[in-house]
Amino acid sequence: MSEPQQNLQDGADRPGAGVTAPPAIELRDINKSFGPVHANKNVNLSVRPGDIHGTIGENGAGKSTLMSILYGFYEADSGEILIGGKPTSIRSSRDAIAAGIGMVHQHFMLVDNMSVVENIMLGAESGAILASSVAAARAELERLEREYNLDVDPDALAGDLPVGQQQRVEILKALYRGADILILDEPTGVLTPQETDQLFRILDSLRQEGVTVILITHKLREIMAVTDHVSVMRQGEIIADRVTAETNKEELAELMVGRKVLLSLDKAAPRVGETVLRVENLSFVDRAGVARVDKVSFSVHAGEIVGIAGVSGNGQSELLELLSGIRPVTSGQFSMMGEDFSTEHPLDPATMRDVKAAHVPEDRLRTGLVKAFAADESAILGYHRSAAYNSAVFLDRGAIERDCGQKMSDFDVRPQNPALKTANFSGGNQQKIVLAREISRGPRLLLVGQPTRGVDIGAIEFIHRNIIAMRDSGSAVLLVSVELDEIMSLSDRILVMFEGRIVGEVAADQADERLLGLMMANAAPEQAGAAGS
Amino acid sequence: MAELLFNLLLAIDATFRVATPLVLCAMAGLFAERSGVIDIGLEGKMLAAAFAAASVAAVTGSAWLALGAGMLVSVALALLHGFACITHRGNQVVSGVAINILVSGLTVVLGIAWFARGGQTPSVTNEARFTPITWPGAELLAEVPIIGSLYSELLSGHNLLVYVAFLIVPLTWWVVYRTRFGLRLRAVGENPNAVDTAGISVSALRYSAMLCCGALCGIAGTYLSIAQNAAFVRDMTAGQGYIALAAMIFGKWRPVPAMLACLMFGFLDAVAIRLQGVEVPVIGPIPVQLIQALPYVLTVVLLAGFIGRAIAPKASGIPYVKER
Amino acid sequence: MSSAPGRIPRWVDVALIPLVNIALAFIVSGVILWTIDVDPFAAVEIILFGAFGYDEAIGYTLYYTTNFVFTGLAVAVAFHAGLFNIGGEGQAYIGGLGVGLGILLVDSSLPFILILPFSILAAAAFGAAWAAIPAYLQAYRGSHIVITTIMFNFIAAALMVYLMVNVLIQPGSMSPESREFAEQAHLPFMHEVFGWFGMQVTPSPLNLSVVWAAICCFLVWAFIWRTRWGYEIRTVGANETAAIYAGIDPRRIVMLAMCVSGALAGFVGINEIMGVHHRLLLNFTAGYGFTGIAVSLMGRNHPVGIVLASLLFGMLYQGGAELAFEEPKVTRELVVTIQGLVILFSGALAFMMKGPIERAYLRIAGGFQRPAGQEG
Repeated sequence: MSEPQQNLQDGADRPGAGVTAPPAIELRDINKSFGPVHANKNVNLSVRPGDIHGTIGENGAGKSTLMSILYGFYEADSGEILIGGKPTSIRSSRDAIAAGIGMVHQHFMLVDNMSVVENIMLGAESGAILASSVAAARAELERLEREYNLDVDPDALAGDLPVGQQQRVEILKALYRGADILILDEPTGVLTPQETDQLFRILDSLRQEGVTVILITHKLREIMAVTDHVSVMRQGEIIADRVTAETNKEELAELMVGRKVLLSLDKAAPRVGETVLRVENLSFVDRAGVARVDKVSFSVHAGEIVGIAGVSGNGQSELLELLSGIRPVTSGQFSMMGEDFSTEHPLDPATMRDVKAAHVPEDRLRTGLVKAFAADESAILGYHRSAAYNSAVFLDRGAIERDCGQKMSDFDVRPQNPALKTANFSGGNQQKIVLAREISRGPRLLLVGQPTRGVDIGAIEFIHRNIIAMRDSGSAVLLVSVELDEIMSLSDRILVMFEGRIVGEVAADQADERLLGLMMANAAPEQAGAAGS
Repeated sequence: MAELLFNLLLAIDATFRVATPLVLCAMAGLFAERSGVIDIGLEGKMLAAAFAAASVAAVTGSAWLALGAGMLVSVALALLHGFACITHRGNQVVSGVAINILVSGLTVVLGIAWFARGGQTPSVTNEARFTPITWPGAELLAEVPIIGSLYSELLSGHNLLVYVAFLIVPLTWWVVYRTRFGLRLRAVGENPNAVDTAGISVSALRYSAMLCCGALCGIAGTYLSIAQNAAFVRDMTAGQGYIALAAMIFGKWRPVPAMLACLMFGFLDAVAIRLQGVEVPVIGPIPVQLIQALPYVLTVVLLAGFIGRAIAPKASGIPYVKER
Repeated sequence: MSSAPGRIPRWVDVALIPLVNIALAFIVSGVILWTIDVDPFAAVEIILFGAFGYDEAIGYTLYYTTNFVFTGLAVAVAFHAGLFNIGGEGQAYIGGLGVGLGILLVDSSLPFILILPFSILAAAAFGAAWAAIPAYLQAYRGSHIVITTIMFNFIAAALMVYLMVNVLIQPGSMSPESREFAEQAHLPFMHEVFGWFGMQVTPSPLNLSVVWAAICCFLVWAFIWRTRWGYEIRTVGANETAAIYAGIDPRRIVMLAMCVSGALAGFVGINEIMGVHHRLLLNFTAGYGFTGIAVSLMGRNHPVGIVLASLLFGMLYQGGAELAFEEPKVTRELVVTIQGLVILFSGALAFMMKGPIERAYLRIAGGFQRPAGQEG
């Protein structure tokens, strides 16, 4: 932590040095819409050369769209881009590369079955025959690796490398193309804390070499740790620009969300009942042999909300999929409502519903709904075999439509039209349809993943209140979220996952962001014992 | 024994002739699929080229003009496939099927309208064909046992397009694995996003692949109508485009194994006729249909993963959509 | 991408765009006719008269239509599960084999009333079985169903030749055909059915299968849109991840959809073998399986659309034969050409006209609204 702090001081010393130089990047009145969604609204952004400029905002605030425009991946509907003071037309990635811009995408743009060298020279080959290009690329790669301390085996297949190394290949790709402006889109989402620290050191050495860096993230800690300036995005707009040294996490958080962050919702003390879910030594090993869920044990009782915190990609998603029967268990077992499940007696999603458990999946559009279906058809997904919706042979269309209408009015879904195509509802309303479907049958156990991802603020509160109402009515709730605020405001107990293991448990009233953050990075001092009770 | 050897020699000789259009089409399919475009339409492009070449040969008497016409028509169809699948993101399988059906009808319609011979084109004279080339000394050496007959029967005495087909295999290998175009081609079939963000146009790359594909199918079709035969006959491709597709899959989208698969399928075809009615101990006569169906059966068995695994380029069949 | 889907009315998407696509296919067909010195308008006249001008023609048109309904429905059912079944031709062929074998087995011992359901079951079972193998390989072994169904068409063809030439051929006969079925195993022709009611109709190959085709249309509609199995098929086709989440096993759905699809294709055998030829023979499928692809695409995978598209192709087949007869420069393959063009424009190029038409609609609709807005 101390090293980035120093960088910050460097940054703070420098104001004035670049006053006369034009901004490395200037965006003027950028607009971009996807259908009805106005992803970027009159965005103005100015980045000083040699800075690490943070762009922070919640998921769906429009950060990635903006950077994709800057990199020529999308074309803006209107607006102007100036690079080094010169108006520049960026209509494709080729233009962006020519303008000296490089980008490390959130999902890496590597060809898995090609070597690192091949990946790096792709599109920047020196001639029509590969042999000479390979030699040149190899030499240049060695130079770059030395200069920036980026160590990668040039002959390894990209797909075989660990994530942190793949990211380095992406950075090397940009540098190989002569980028002096580097955009990183959510670069730490998939990294371990060690890899994150290494990345920050790399960014620091890039800054020292005069490279301008734009760091897109939704993590306040990262902004405070490495950036010189920060722009805050909310609902497609840039609503504030700050010198990092002159702001703080609290201010930025408030700007991001648009109001005081709800730290605690009004909720009564839990009335904890019998054990509803008991997980013992549960493991899931993926095809590559990595234990994504590693001997996890814990319990959830009736009447409580147990939150699982962790950096995205530490096994929470897989855990939820194991418990909902989507993924087969590798070893260990769990019991739901007293019924045992293991490799010998696997759970499938239909059985999960039969034992009165329900699952709100992390990704509603990919998993929880069928976009092409009418809302009422999406609203029976998973329960379509239920007697309530079927006669002997046929589906009871009338019952399905009435049921959906009822759910829509109970959950304030707008527009209240069961025949409308699912895809035509907003994210928040789609999520309400999923929630209504899963909650309204009064499950004894509710598995919830990222309940408010990409959902507008009004709907967030509604969804949170409904989850708490579930708990108050005696259901057990297991909540997975990467949003610490959400975990802290909803949970009665918090488990922290790191690299597939549960590394700690905290009671909600003893949790604070700092402690959880340390636990999520597996850097907390011995505090709480192992999980399970 | 000598007779058996000689028969084998003849079968292998026939194998080269039968395998030639397969090899050309398999390489064509390889270019398309390596770029991420599934091409069911090899059959149709080959058939259209066969018709165009035979028509032009019949009218002009020039084999070279005929070859040009065959390639031109085939390339035009390949570009149509590209227009549907790359530009308009249509379903690649549907587009391929459309081209196959369109061509199987149109060649007959035009053939009857132009030549009024029930869908056939007039036979062309040898001057307007690619005729066998006898290598120097082949006749002299023919009398020399083994080496002589190998030289005079196997190497010598094929037409130009046979040699071209088998030279195209190493050329394809070189292009795919040793050139910038090949690097980009392999990349775009696996991860078009990587290619796009590297500043290369995915569409331009896929269109280039379609050009290669069209040109090679054009040669294959020309071979059928004015090298192997002397006229176009309706539906003369008779499923060879599909066999080539099968061979390409069998070769796991790699040039040399695909060629070997073509040779194997060609050999099966060549011996099928010779084995008709031959009694095999215990089993009895081998049904010739079994041998004819063997390429298809073997491909299904391969695809089912019972002999190795055939993994297609990851992005094949998926139109490239940049915006969400 | 930039157009707002909510503002485009349904009829534009469901009726206007498909009609424009079909019109394009016919315009190109007209150009082809024109290049071979045939007046396209005169040709249309001959085709229409040839298809509907007299009752024998109508009989033929509906007889072809029957086949296309079966194969079109077959393609559509698979399509709803997200599967492209190119194997309709082979499944129809093997379905016909089932009908033939079944009838050869029982035609002398059972009455018609039992032979009919038995044959329908045999057609369905054989067609389904031939589709089940590629389905199994797709579901459980991950083989691409497009490729395997193509391969199975060829394997079916080889198998039929072998069986007809070596096994089922009538002893002493030169042509590879089975013996003729006994009288009670013939599906009545429609002119016979009309005759029972005292109506005189010119004989044509149209037989009772057409009624079965109509029933199948209704059954498929009810199955896909009104049963939980159809719901599961559509879920898997639209979003496999969501299907798994919902406790639907996509592998079983692939099997189910393909078996239903194969069974429907197999019913071509009822029309051809039991209804028309009354014996087992080679090449009775005559490309109907491939036409099913065009029919399904054109009919947007809905039974109503499929019936309309089948009628159109029935008309083209019958009228096209008439045209070939009247006009020596034209052959029946013209219909195959049109079929290819229909698949091209309504299938592969389906998106080509979508954007322009939607933009044009918005401009026209907006043009009507804007003045009102300015005034208001």
